[in-house]
Amino acid sequence: MLEKVLFLLCLTPALAQEPCFPGSSHAYKVRISIKTALGNQAYVWNDNEMYLFRAAMAFALRSYHNGQEFNVSNIMVCNETPRVSFWFVVSSPENSSVLLKKGDVENAIRKSRNRINGAFLLTDQTLEFIDIPPTLAAPVMPVTPPWLIVFGVVMGAVGAGIIFLLVSSLVQSKRKKNKKTLDEDREDMRGIENGLGCDNLGGVYNTTFSDGDKFTPM
Amino acid sequence: MSKDEQTMKAGNTEQMEANGPKEIIERPKWDNKVQYLLTCIGFAVGLGNVWRFPYLCQTYGGGAFLIPYCIALVLEGLPLLHMELAIGQRLRMGSVGVWNSITPYMGGLGVASLLVSFLVGLFYNMILAWILWYFFHSFQNPLPWRDCPVNANLTGYVTECEESSPVNYFWYRTTLNISPNIETSGSIEWWLVLCLATAWCLVYICFIRGIETIGKAIYVTATFPYLVLTIFLIRALTLSGAADGLVYLFTPNWETLKNPKVWLDAATQIFFSLSLAFGGLIAFSSYNPQKNNCERDALIVGCVNSLTSLYASIPIFAILGFKANENYNTCRNINILKLTNAFNIGDENITLENYDEWLNHLNATNPMEVESLNLKTCDLQTFLDQSASGTGLAFIVFTEAVIKMPGSQVWSVLFFVMLFSLGLSSMFGNLEGVLTPLLDLHMVPPWLPKEIFTGLICLTSFTVALIFTLSSGNYWLEIFNSNVGSMPLLIIAFFEIISVVYIYGINRFNDDIEWMSGHRPNIYWQATWRFISPFMLFAVFVAYVVVEAEKRPTYNTWNPNYVHFPLADVLYYPEWVYVICVLLSVIPVVSIPLVAFYHFGRFLKKTIMNRHNQNPYAVEISFGDL
Repeated sequence: MLEKVLFLLCLTPALAQEPCFPGSSHAYKVRISIKTALGNQAYVWNDNEMYLFRAAMAFALRSYHNGQEFNVSNIMVCNETPRVSFWFVVSSPENSSVLLKKGDVENAIRKSRNRINGAFLLTDQTLEFIDIPPTLAAPVMPVTPPWLIVFGVVMGAVGAGIIFLLVSSLVQSKRKKNKKTLDEDREDMRGIENGLGCDNLGGVYNTTFSDGDKFTPM
Repeated sequence: MSKDEQTMKAGNTEQMEANGPKEIIERPKWDNKVQYLLTCIGFAVGLGNVWRFPYLCQTYGGGAFLIPYCIALVLEGLPLLHMELAIGQRLRMGSVGVWNSITPYMGGLGVASLLVSFLVGLFYNMILAWILWYFFHSFQNPLPWRDCPVNANLTGYVTECEESSPVNYFWYRTTLNISPNIETSGSIEWWLVLCLATAWCLVYICFIRGIETIGKAIYVTATFPYLVLTIFLIRALTLSGAADGLVYLFTPNWETLKNPKVWLDAATQIFFSLSLAFGGLIAFSSYNPQKNNCERDALIVGCVNSLTSLYASIPIFAILGFKANENYNTCRNINILKLTNAFNIGDENITLENYDEWLNHLNATNPMEVESLNLKTCDLQTFLDQSASGTGLAFIVFTEAVIKMPGSQVWSVLFFVMLFSLGLSSMFGNLEGVLTPLLDLHMVPPWLPKEIFTGLICLTSFTVALIFTLSSGNYWLEIFNSNVGSMPLLIIAFFEIISVVYIYGINRFNDDIEWMSGHRPNIYWQATWRFISPFMLFAVFVAYVVVEAEKRPTYNTWNPNYVHFPLADVLYYPEWVYVICVLLSVIPVVSIPLVAFYHFGRFLKKTIMNRHNQNPYAVEISFGDL
């Protein structure tokens, strides 16, 4: 009996000291890819950066839970790898042995995601919280789709061109018709030089070479 | 009216010759030779040069394909081309008038050409409408086919897009809104109607005064594609992976020459590429002065067309090589990320260069873990094999390549304007093949101005082409493309060459050409016109029928609910659609025997009537020696 009590007594502080472990129902995994994001200007991940991370988490939780004063000590980190990736859990500010539910942490992170990304000069893809999908940006829809604008420009130009060409064809054909009637008048006038028509020139009509209707066709 | 009065009235129109038809109205003519050549080249050089030839070249063993292609050009393409240009120039009429002049029994050929030109013009302009749609959308940043759209509650991307790819989604869903099969017609897509209207308006404005306006427009539409191809060539050669694409394209695989299908495809490709049997070339050359060297024109147009195909395939394949390279790198990068995350190795320690070493090392130490990651095997050859032809090349493969190039909007705009110019200059030929015969047949009432008549034709075509704006429109377009644009043309061309060589008379034809161009056609032309080309056409036609008729036709559909989506669901055509396919092939060519029988019937009627109404005096003469 005593051994059992002693065992339990030893186990409890051990458990209390290890709230953060991979796969815990309260823990989130974080994966950071600094070199992918920043290339040549990548900074080195060290303890100071880790401190900044914990501070940023505390900030996010404070913004979400108005009133509750989260501290850096409430954010516990474990299993850091050279990737860089690690797990973290959040404990409640009132009672440090009570861990915050995953749902609360997720909402808090979602709300301040941009600020957290900004603190590290990273993006949703390079500062990943596994199991928290990034909220995709709502597509920016302009009032008129841009393609309709281009369509309008092209159609307007083409329509104007068609109307112009049709009208100019009409004008041209009218002009030609007027010119034609003018030419016809001029042709009629051709025989009338100096105001005299062919018929009025005088002279005798020579019948020798008139057309031979009078003779029987062969 | 006596001959002299007619000549006087004609004034400065074309010269009158004893055998030619009487023309009272002035026939339009080209401003200069360059316009004529550019128009013919523009008609011949079309979308097929850019998206069919490179695909054939690559499928049939690269450089080796050039051999059957050149043989087909020399033995089939050039002779037919020369014949069409010569006959149009000599008889100075559109297709219906020309064949009626040679013999009324063959008048059906002209009607067949007219019908084929009309039907092809319908679906060809739909393709131009799609090109316009992509052109309109190229003025956005980022290009709309780069990213998948997000779903309603902003948690992820639309499923259909995630399973296929953004470019596929944009083509099949956003543009076509395609239905799962041809029976489901869906509704008319208003955005496609707008694009189709724009396409027809653009065709109309270029056609409004006949060759007067075409001649001006052709300077731009025929030369612009070459400019863009050159720009693309320079850009493409600087992209990484371009060399892979080019090597892949041109590496000759001599084994393919043993496959008869290669020869068949080469013959059909050269035939369709030169736009023969549409009647458009006959119409264009009918506006020429009679004394014109048509032999040289034919050689120029034929060779420029083939060289353009070759020239276009270089930047296309350089860019495809670049795309394959990009996909290959993306594939490997995904694998690298998987490995990095699984084994918690430092960020960017595994690179593309040392990927293989790392993989081997990890496989040796933790084979089970590596196995569980399901890494995709990335093979450059597989990506290079993912080529396509036709609309797939332009709207899926190429658009994907363009988004990976810096300055995507510029390349996209250039590419689609180039495609549009190529298609527009071919549309001129199609529409000319419809209009000139109708005008020559005097089916147009004289009070109707030509502009209004052209407008009516465009409006009619636009209305009929609205079936292609349905959700199932793409399937219908495929039907039109494979049935109208293939067999009827072969039949028409075969009868054309038989008519000219054996009915009009090859000697008379030789005399005409000698009169027009100044020298008699040499032995090459004689041999090909008399025997080789008709034989080749007949052989190609028989092979075509044999190859196509042996299997029940199927078609690829895009069905998001298909089990193996995004692979295409292959379906059989339903019975009523199959009937329509057959009708589309048969109706244009049925006019050839119909007209022949009609004229034969009239001839019989005349002979019978003559026998009944014989001159009574003729009977008396037989009695005595008067």
